[in-house]
Amino acid sequence: MSLSRLFRTPEAAAGLVILGLLVAMAVAAPWLFPRDPLAIAGQPLLPPFQDWALPLGTDRLGRDVVAGLFHGARTSLAVGLAAAAASILVGSIVGTVAGFAGGLVDEVLMRITDAFQTVPGFLLSLALVSVVGPSLSVVVAAIALSAWTGPTRIARAEVLSIRERDYVASARVIGMHPVEIAFREVLPNALPPVLALSSVIVAAAILTEAALSFLGLGDPNRVTWGGMIAEGRAVLRSAPYLSVIPGIALVLSVLGVYLAGEGVVEGTAAREGQA
Amino acid sequence: MNRAWGLLKRRLIGSIPVLLIVVVGSFLLLEAAPGDAVDAYVASVGGDAGMIEALRTSWGLDASPMTRLAAYLWALLHLDLGHSVAFSRPVLDVVLERLPNTLLLMGAATALSFALGTTLGILAGARPGSARDRLLSIGSLALYAVPGFWLALVLTIVFSVELRWLPLSGMETIASGKTGIARMLDIARHMVLPVTSLGLIYLALYLRMMRAGMAEVWRMDFTLAARARGIPRRRIVLAHVARNALLPLVTMLSLQSAQMLGGSVVIESVFSVPGLGRLAQEAVGSRDTPLLIGIILVSAFLVIVINLLVDIAYAVLDPRVGASEVKA
Amino acid sequence: MKPLLELRGLGVCYNGAVAPALEGVDLDLAAGERLAIIGESGSGKSTLARAISGLLPQTARLQGTVAWPGLDHPARNGRDIGFVFQDPASSLDPVMSVGDQVAEVAHANLDIDWGAARRLAVELLDRVKLPEPEALARAYPHQLSGGQKQRVVIAAAIVACPKLLIADEATSALDTIVQAEIVALIRRFVAEDGMALLFVSHDIALAANLADRIAVFRHGRMVEMAATAELLARPRSDYSRALLAAHLGLKAHSGASR
Repeated sequence: MSLSRLFRTPEAAAGLVILGLLVAMAVAAPWLFPRDPLAIAGQPLLPPFQDWALPLGTDRLGRDVVAGLFHGARTSLAVGLAAAAASILVGSIVGTVAGFAGGLVDEVLMRITDAFQTVPGFLLSLALVSVVGPSLSVVVAAIALSAWTGPTRIARAEVLSIRERDYVASARVIGMHPVEIAFREVLPNALPPVLALSSVIVAAAILTEAALSFLGLGDPNRVTWGGMIAEGRAVLRSAPYLSVIPGIALVLSVLGVYLAGEGVVEGTAAREGQA
Repeated sequence: MNRAWGLLKRRLIGSIPVLLIVVVGSFLLLEAAPGDAVDAYVASVGGDAGMIEALRTSWGLDASPMTRLAAYLWALLHLDLGHSVAFSRPVLDVVLERLPNTLLLMGAATALSFALGTTLGILAGARPGSARDRLLSIGSLALYAVPGFWLALVLTIVFSVELRWLPLSGMETIASGKTGIARMLDIARHMVLPVTSLGLIYLALYLRMMRAGMAEVWRMDFTLAARARGIPRRRIVLAHVARNALLPLVTMLSLQSAQMLGGSVVIESVFSVPGLGRLAQEAVGSRDTPLLIGIILVSAFLVIVINLLVDIAYAVLDPRVGASEVKA
Repeated sequence: MKPLLELRGLGVCYNGAVAPALEGVDLDLAAGERLAIIGESGSGKSTLARAISGLLPQTARLQGTVAWPGLDHPARNGRDIGFVFQDPASSLDPVMSVGDQVAEVAHANLDIDWGAARRLAVELLDRVKLPEPEALARAYPHQLSGGQKQRVVIAAAIVACPKLLIADEATSALDTIVQAEIVALIRRFVAEDGMALLFVSHDIALAANLADRIAVFRHGRMVEMAATAELLARPRSDYSRALLAAHLGLKAHSGASR
């Protein structure tokens, strides 16, 4: 897909620019701000635009807000991408197996999916983090645990329609093993609609991570935007900027992911429409 | 109504295995957590080593996992959700005490987001591609990206701290002695910000779904046929296009109920609303795993009930549902 | 006498299309006259029907004029023009009872209240020969057969007594026996109510059976127009001749197989 097609609408272009900035912030964080972002950098509660060394000021403990934003971008992006990748991976495998095997296997897997959709996802994430203890990988697993059902349903629906097509039948005729057919012939063709959903999953994962760390259930050794917002809550009256600034970063990132995702989906649809 | 009843019966039976899986899952989570029900009980009530041993035997905690699962199921059938460490009370009592507040919050947020979301969606979808449509759809996307807890803080800064129009937190003014309508108004004032914070993201969702659904219905032939029959545009939009586009939104209503319960955790925490969500956070804070699992079970049960209600509503709204079963 | 409808140099070009869908059509239709428009798909016959009733997409470009000398006002859909589409399944709203769908046309075009509109709808359902019209008015489209649905669509089209009934391939989605019933129904209403009929079809035999005049369309242009008997006996264009020959061939074939 050509880049000009991705930039087709101003919305998609804006999304890609925001997403690019987010990635740049995440990648550049250790170089631009090599010091521990959790360490004290200056006087506490310094308002923004007062000191060029600390452009967005400091929090209650004197930690640099800009350094927090950059390192927080790292966490948000890492958790968002990892959790989305994990849920898409699990979802496509479970969906493919359910759709391809059919019968009892399908029934059991789909009832389990139902059960996961019945339990409020955020409560499930909360329970897992609280039982196992907060760390980056646990947070990723907790988010994936509540997000894998969407990709599962879509992958299954797609597999059900692909299963009866000619190339699958011919793979059967030449004596390919069912597992091989499922994962080499069916799954790759079922993936595009699942991937079309990925921007929504990444965005949701970023928001869930933020909510978890807002409640104090994020990895305590990392800066997170949710944690920064929670930290600012204590001084909401005197220094609202401490909660507002990381929140704006969060909103822009999620918006960027949505817009870019919609742009890619529309670009792909346009390409298919022309073919 | 026959049609809806048949559907309800099938859904009820279908939800039994789902509930069973949820129960088994929560049992596994309980097993994974450090400490067991006796530790929890003793921690809150007190007791010596001998009593602990006796309790373990009498509650069957020294038995095999399968026996314990059976005992757990048996207890649940008798509405025994275990004992809360933090509250020194049965889990079910604590949960049921908090449930009405969450239901009020969720009900109001759902009503707000659904009513406003569909109305704005109809405004956007009445003329696809118009300036109004573009503005509303970009606005809704922006809104959709705003995390509820942050919105809650920003609204608090504006309306409670700066303007002082609305109370900062809580469910009602403590010890105000208000009764009747005065008390209801007081609660309503306290709920404005939580309901808005919880509902706005869903408002955006319903707006977007309504708009997309209407765009799809516009492409169907019967809208052209209605124009050919001289039906006024206003009636085509409302009675045909919006009416048909509403159906998938009703389904969404049940999918969103679980999500909204999750979202209420953060919102209730921000505004100190004594509901189920805040209880979940308290349970996490005090490492009260039986309570947390109890909340999950009750939530899952609640979601199943909401799904059933939505299914009935859908069957009433869509004459095609379950039609084949009635004929058969 | 003034014609009911007068087309002069009518042309339609869809957005993005290379060739116009319709070009230079001149046509008069007298009140109460039955005219068939014959052509293969892509001949522009459906475009013609939609151009007359103002149902073209907004992006389509229109040339020439559509005038209504027989009316003292611009034609209004529903009130002056009744339209029957090809597929009865998709021209009814799936979640509204069929009685209400007929009644809303009466309410919108006849300035009567809903109660009267509903009673009129039941009358109309009876007129199009649907069984138990009272009960059937409360049924939804999915509970009806294809032929029954098309009867409902016809009832909705004629409830406001229009001057012109346009039937755009109104029978081609139905099987042969139902097709004959619907044609008979249309023939009867046109005679009883004195409506003009524009019968758009690819089936020359069906058209000949129903129309006073036939216009043959191809590639967006009118190839020829003549009285039915005249066209059947002495087609002037090669294309009309070919159409007739193809049909006669089919008839001979099906006759032989019987």
